[in-house]
Amino acid sequence: MSITVVRPGLLTTIQDHGRLGYQKYGVLQSGSMDTGAARAANLLVGNEEHEALLEVTFDGAEWLIGEDMLLSVCGAAMTITVDGEPLPLWRPVLVRAGAAFKFEACLSGCRAYVAVAGGLDVPIVMGSRSTYLRGAVGGYEGRALKSGDVLSARPPQLLSKRILSLLQGQRDKRFSAPLWHAGHFAIASNMVDSIVRVMPGSHFGLLEIESRKAFFHQTYSISMQSDRMGCRLEGTEKLILIPHNELLSEPVAHGTVQLPANGNPIVLLADRQTTGGYPRIAQVAAVDIPIFAQLKPGDRFRFEAITHKDAEQLYMNSEQDIQMLKTAIALRVNEEAGKLGRFGKKE
Amino acid sequence: MSVGNRMKVEAYEFELLPLGNSAVIVRLGSGINLATHESVQALIAAVELDPFIGFVECVPSYAAVAVHYDPMLVMRSRSREELGHETIYETVCVRLHLHVEKGQKGSAKLRSRTVEIPVCYGGDFGPDLAFVAEYNGLAEDEVTAIHADAPYLVYMLGFAPGFPYLGGMSERIAAPRRQSPRASIPQGSVGIAGKQTGVYSVSTPGGWQLIGRTPIVLFRPQEMIPSLLRPGDTVRFKPITIEEYDDYIVGER
Repeated sequence: MSITVVRPGLLTTIQDHGRLGYQKYGVLQSGSMDTGAARAANLLVGNEEHEALLEVTFDGAEWLIGEDMLLSVCGAAMTITVDGEPLPLWRPVLVRAGAAFKFEACLSGCRAYVAVAGGLDVPIVMGSRSTYLRGAVGGYEGRALKSGDVLSARPPQLLSKRILSLLQGQRDKRFSAPLWHAGHFAIASNMVDSIVRVMPGSHFGLLEIESRKAFFHQTYSISMQSDRMGCRLEGTEKLILIPHNELLSEPVAHGTVQLPANGNPIVLLADRQTTGGYPRIAQVAAVDIPIFAQLKPGDRFRFEAITHKDAEQLYMNSEQDIQMLKTAIALRVNEEAGKLGRFGKKE
Repeated sequence: MSVGNRMKVEAYEFELLPLGNSAVIVRLGSGINLATHESVQALIAAVELDPFIGFVECVPSYAAVAVHYDPMLVMRSRSREELGHETIYETVCVRLHLHVEKGQKGSAKLRSRTVEIPVCYGGDFGPDLAFVAEYNGLAEDEVTAIHADAPYLVYMLGFAPGFPYLGGMSERIAAPRRQSPRASIPQGSVGIAGKQTGVYSVSTPGGWQLIGRTPIVLFRPQEMIPSLLRPGDTVRFKPITIEEYDDYIVGER
């Protein structure tokens, strides 16, 4: 199985769940920005949910598919064509050898996740295959993909083989896909004036009273200076801090909202530093962090308060949804295989 | 249990606060000092030696530790008693409580390593040495002598992989950050910013006053422990000549 990069597009990197256990050495976690989409993409091709896959930012990329390949694309609503024919998202797809795979347009959201059966074959560095661009570590030679790069997959698991075998039927088509899908995991389809739920952070009380109100009332837009490290926000009203002692650097987390001196908050994302010295005014509810993976520069949203308890409950529910997706895929595949009379005693 | 409660263990005060939905901040003090640093190290030792089910990692800082956990694993491993907790966060706080107490009781002596870092001061490697000297009314070799004389404590790593936050620099060589940061500072550069000193573990933009460079590599992604320095280490800088610097570089190859 191989993918050859014909045109790299804006930014494509290999990511998985990131580096766990190395933050105490100052090593960033990295990993997929839209974790829900990445996990769904993996499950749909029969992988474990945290396998290494491709994070494709905006459109423009073009690949050549080397051999028949089972893959799935989840995340942003992108128009992707395979030899000119639009590819359905959020489901397993068998793409035939020799196909031209193009990311034509980005309709909503900005990051698509492409999982291939078996997961991408790159070395594990500090417990992860994720690319950490500034450190030139992990992923494909520690960098974003370039024209001419060739990616290969590791051997697929049994479930992947079963899905592949179900899709083998229609030989004449450039690709084949089932009717069922996991599109309900998409957050990119409703990106207009989103609501992001946040819990007040350790230093929310350092905001002036007016700024505390403004934080929740005003509409923010995403600045051009946003990247995998963080989303810089622009509001009409700059947030002001009451006089306070200089803060000690403390650990930060995925979704921590910091306030630098310029009054515009920053939401820390996958490639965040491990510690920070700016006031931590809020923390995005875990289930809403992936929204920042899909908001584009210029997109607008508002913050809404949520209690820690409710945010935790939402998180637990979303984890259960992922587990249900996993179960549903296995059931669906076995059921369809049963109908076709496949997987006899040989399995 | 409400969010952000303060509690006392034998006259010892600490604070637990949520950091998102899968981490707790344990705040053990409010300043940069040895006693708080030792509490931080003791807590981490206690948790890492006997991790609770669902524990992911500890991240230390000057006065607080972030304890990351997997909420699903914590939920599945709840004891009958813990099933009564309102939130997963509460269960983690209760589990951590024991560790904090243990950390306090057993804080005796932590093993500390001393790491020597050779530094070639001045010249092309230390373009700001003259500024630091002039700012403090010292000669350049006085600055380097003071810098190389003191033991430094690694309070924490952050900012960049393997980048140490060092404590213990003499105020006699303190100097403000540069007015405009450099776009790229070479790996190994040794700098001063205010009362802090540090070593750039990777090449990054930065505004510190550069006084020298070490040939030693601090960030080692291919090794089991990817950082030369660990929190709690003692660092000593050893002045070397440009010839010795070159020998190190050749030796590393």
